[in-house]
Amino acid sequence: MSLVEIRWHGRGGQGAVTASEITAIAAIDQGKYAQAFPSFGVERRGAPVEAFTRIDDKPIYIRTKVYEPDIIVVLDPTLLGPEIARGLKENGLAVVNTDKSPEEVKKLLGRDDIKVAIVDATKIALETLKRPIVNTAILGAFVKASGLVDLDHVLKAVKSKVPPRTVEANLEAVRRAYEEVVIA
Amino acid sequence: MVKMVRKALTTNYAVAHAAKDSDVDVIAAYPITPSTPAAEKLAEYVANGELDAEYVHVESEHSAASALVGASAVGARAFTVTASQGLIYMSEVLYIASGLRLPIVLGVASRALSAPLSIWGDMHDIAPLRDAGLIIYFVSSAQEAYDSVIQAFKVAEDPRVHLPAIVDYDGFIMSHVTEPVDVIDREDVLKYIPKKVTWNTLNPKQPISIGTVGDPDYYYEFKYQQQVAMENAVKVAEEADKEFEKMFGRGYGLIEEYRMDDAEVAMIAYGAHAGTARVAVDKAREEGIKVGLIKLRLWRPFPTEHLMKALENVSVVGVLDRAMALGAPRQGPVVKDVISMYASDPSKAPKVASYALAIGQRDVKIEDLVAVAKQLDEFAKGKEIPNKTICIGLRE
Repeated sequence: MSLVEIRWHGRGGQGAVTASEITAIAAIDQGKYAQAFPSFGVERRGAPVEAFTRIDDKPIYIRTKVYEPDIIVVLDPTLLGPEIARGLKENGLAVVNTDKSPEEVKKLLGRDDIKVAIVDATKIALETLKRPIVNTAILGAFVKASGLVDLDHVLKAVKSKVPPRTVEANLEAVRRAYEEVVIA
Repeated sequence: MVKMVRKALTTNYAVAHAAKDSDVDVIAAYPITPSTPAAEKLAEYVANGELDAEYVHVESEHSAASALVGASAVGARAFTVTASQGLIYMSEVLYIASGLRLPIVLGVASRALSAPLSIWGDMHDIAPLRDAGLIIYFVSSAQEAYDSVIQAFKVAEDPRVHLPAIVDYDGFIMSHVTEPVDVIDREDVLKYIPKKVTWNTLNPKQPISIGTVGDPDYYYEFKYQQQVAMENAVKVAEEADKEFEKMFGRGYGLIEEYRMDDAEVAMIAYGAHAGTARVAVDKAREEGIKVGLIKLRLWRPFPTEHLMKALENVSVVGVLDRAMALGAPRQGPVVKDVISMYASDPSKAPKVASYALAIGQRDVKIEDLVAVAKQLDEFAKGKEIPNKTICIGLRE
């Protein structure tokens, strides 16, 4: 496998940065090389945020921002628009939290040359965590759709990063999204 | 066989982990972005009992450095982390720590200096420490940061050296990036850096004074001894790196050469951008440009002989500097060292092109550095090098 770059889109408080880290932790745990980092700036609850993950079989030397991601992951449906698909490679993948159809998502992103994976992560988060914190649910969809990291390693990484009393609910959110994601 | 555990750590956390594994006795720290997570992690280690150390809560960086001078002067292994204004505020005391020959180690998450206010990374904070009498490592990965903190104690505490040391890493683009780090058991780390007080300490049973007046009859000799210690530190740092490699399987050298064997032109880079430059060298090579990279790891003392040897067959070298040197003939701390290496015999010198980049964390793309490689190639073929610094990514 060669370098894969992932860009995460969410709003402050939804856990996009944590999701980017969990992915890197899982990849590293699996013996791969990875980087995870937030978009460095001022963080505010509710404001759009970006985070990034790089994964490779070889050591990663590059230290630039991510300009042409292979994958984007969208935690907040209200962010859907052509702007968040900027730079996404042809045949790239968009993993999206939405109750809309794959066709509608592609239209909103303004791209028909990409794959989309959709899951209603908000619904899953509300049913498992009882709160609209969607990062672990979208991770389940990301794992299934990307095939980059193994579910077991992601579950282990989730356990290490979420508050102890929410572990079971978060693991359930990952598993449910893993099952429910639709790839088109 | 030495036991290693692979962890996913930011460079901030890797540095804190290394201090823990070095079994530091005293930490005095004052939080400042982007080094704060390292200070917090150290406090957590002390609070949860993973590290048996005194954590001194101070009211400023000046006090943090002062507390460490006191701690080191009674024989404690002393450590702190800081950045930016915090490092500058410490600097008055850091000159003193060096003059007192105290082997304090600091992690610095380099950040821009005000004004205008910038919390983002560049190397304006570390640049003025150039002449302060501290050993300065530039590191390019969280792993190298972890390993270098441990090596820094080895070098700083060596009786041939006895100087404070800084391990400098990029604010945000390293300090906040999670990546793999193989950490070593404390027991094995302490075989490499045994807790042994090799420097003169304050002891009520055998009273001495330190930090007294150095009148015109003595001051000069004290400063000269610091310079001798710096000169010794080149060899000591090299030995420390080799011994580390022997014990733990990872070595870096004082400079790291990449694709330099047949290189006609070269870039010198340090910190995070040395990584991006490595990728750029590969891309430029694909386009037929015979470019190599030298990653500068030890800035103070400057590895003059190592660099001169590495540049022997190169006709043009481009130095990628990360701080401005306002009013100087060239903008950057390292380029001036590179030029002055050849002062006594300019006939040995390659042509030197000076570049400034990543100021205030302006992002540097691979293409930017491929363009530098191409430009160096043009300079080698006779194009005139501007008699000033070339600013990459600047809107003029």
